[in-house]
Amino acid sequence: MVAMDASDSRLSGDRRHLGRLVFLCLIALLAVLAVLSLGHGASGVSGLAVIGDLLTGRDVAQTDRVILLNIRLPRLLTGILVGAALAVSGAIMQGLFRNPLADPGLLGVSAGASLGAIAAIVLGGALPAAIAGLVGWHLVPLAAFAGSWIAMLTLYAIATRQGRTSVATMLLAGIALAAMIAALSGLIIYRADDQQLRDLTFWSLGSLAGSSWTKLIAAGPVILIALTLAPAMSRGLNGLALGEAAAAHVGIRVQRVKRASVLITAAATGAAVAISGAIGFVGIVVPHLLRLITGPDHRWLLINSGLLGAAVLIAADMIARSIVVPAELPIGIITAMMGGPFFMWVLLSNRKVLDG
Amino acid sequence: MIFSKNFSTIPRAIAASLLATVLLNTPSHADPHPEARRILSVGGSITEIVYALGQQDRLIARDTTSSFPEEALALPDVGYMRQLSAEGVLSVDPDLILSEEGAGPPETISLLQEAGVPFEIMPSGMGPHGLVNKVRAIAETLGVPEAAEQTVNTLEADLANLQAAVASDSGEKKKVLFVLFVTDGRINASGTGTAADEIIHMAGAENAVQDFEGYKQLTDEAITAAAPDIILTMTRGGPAEELDPKAEELLAMPSISTTPAGRDGNIITMNGLYLLGFGPRTGKAGLELHDAIYGNS
Repeated sequence: MVAMDASDSRLSGDRRHLGRLVFLCLIALLAVLAVLSLGHGASGVSGLAVIGDLLTGRDVAQTDRVILLNIRLPRLLTGILVGAALAVSGAIMQGLFRNPLADPGLLGVSAGASLGAIAAIVLGGALPAAIAGLVGWHLVPLAAFAGSWIAMLTLYAIATRQGRTSVATMLLAGIALAAMIAALSGLIIYRADDQQLRDLTFWSLGSLAGSSWTKLIAAGPVILIALTLAPAMSRGLNGLALGEAAAAHVGIRVQRVKRASVLITAAATGAAVAISGAIGFVGIVVPHLLRLITGPDHRWLLINSGLLGAAVLIAADMIARSIVVPAELPIGIITAMMGGPFFMWVLLSNRKVLDG
Repeated sequence: MIFSKNFSTIPRAIAASLLATVLLNTPSHADPHPEARRILSVGGSITEIVYALGQQDRLIARDTTSSFPEEALALPDVGYMRQLSAEGVLSVDPDLILSEEGAGPPETISLLQEAGVPFEIMPSGMGPHGLVNKVRAIAETLGVPEAAEQTVNTLEADLANLQAAVASDSGEKKKVLFVLFVTDGRINASGTGTAADEIIHMAGAENAVQDFEGYKQLTDEAITAAAPDIILTMTRGGPAEELDPKAEELLAMPSISTTPAGRDGNIITMNGLYLLGFGPRTGKAGLELHDAIYGNS
């Protein structure tokens, strides 16, 4: 433990204050974005005026109330949770695989979720009426969540022998599994008709437009629990950065860290993908950017990733729903358009650090 | 205060979504809304019928599929009918939403209902009888049932012309292959149960592929085996234009060149909404298609 503490302080060092500064800045940024997001929208209803009226007990038109409380508020909360889930999962995966290019997709989470969603969209009509009536339109989110977990557990089982999980096997098997899942998805897509193909395209681009209290109540607790547990991983992930053997020497229960990483990531990403479709780039870009600013110490990296991920997604959603009013764009288009060039710029301006 | 109101909406949201699931699965008879002055029309044929009924002054917005008549394009576009944004729709402040079946996503529909905007789903209007029903249903929902008469009369006259033309045909029915789009050299064609299948039948011809439902990609062999006399395809207009299958591109495909349609260069191209929309112009579209297939003029 003594050795671990020493390595902790070396890891953070003078960047400790930077981590706290970034944390405070991100809290402020998130608060500002949240107010903006509640305040403005396609309808021109002033969210803040409605909040004021609600607080002072004045009469509020039904439409205004629905726009604020049933559209913008659940959408804001969904954006915060999904953004945080994607970015924190990305940070954990990058730590676990010791690779800045890792994201939850490596565990087959995204591929599994896609397969579930595709199967539900294309084959859902063939379900017995009783089941279809029971799950209603929650069929696609449920199937996506189930798909992500089945893929992830399969991968974990493949990579685990005699109680030891090989991260390298998980990485390679993940690629093989993703290819197999893609083939299976292709087979199902082949059966899809024109209408279903359009639905698939929209799902694969992700959107917060379908946010609702119902979905938030179903998926929110899963994401919240995963996010609450995530900071406890910091020490273990910091230790893993030294290599598995060294980490074990300083008293880190390596197998436990791996298992927890996989479970937390699958819970957070699975639930996020289930309620908002596949939203790219947040999981890779956000932790990467923060690592360049505040260093690799996971004690700040995980928390700050959650905050920045939430802020990025809310900002992207505000753009998605205000750029083609009264219609809106899928948010995946915005995150890719914002994330791609930005990531490229970050990479080019940090080439020395990265190569060094 | 805010919290008590806030949380009381949650069980209602759940109840409303369950109710909406039931309602959306069984489109019921719509209530009349004669007072509605700010109507959002979702679906190309609905917009066309509202114009045909002379009620266009009450329209304030439309969806992307509403591309006829041209004046409709000047209205704000709330997006593709299956991907409507709840706040986007509310932002045009409608007091009635008239929609074809299949509008969504369901979350949006239930939010709109919570916001107190009536959302009325019109019958699909396939087949001559369904078409007349649809026009009447829209007129009744708009609270102007008498306005339907003239449109229905014109429509029935057009449909009667079409039936007369079909009845006067002698000889074998021609086989028509409807091509929705072509990707990577593969043809996506209409099976049974589609608007394309329906209009081909109404025009007195036979759908060349009847062994599956909906639109599917065909193999080269399936096209050869279907041996269509005519290839039917459509123009879309707007941003989807590049999806339009081009006649020369189709004729150059080896699978098509072996069919009677390919040998004789028989390709008919019509406007998508006109051909498949099942609106007030469908009788005329059917006759135009019939004449193009059987070579009368």
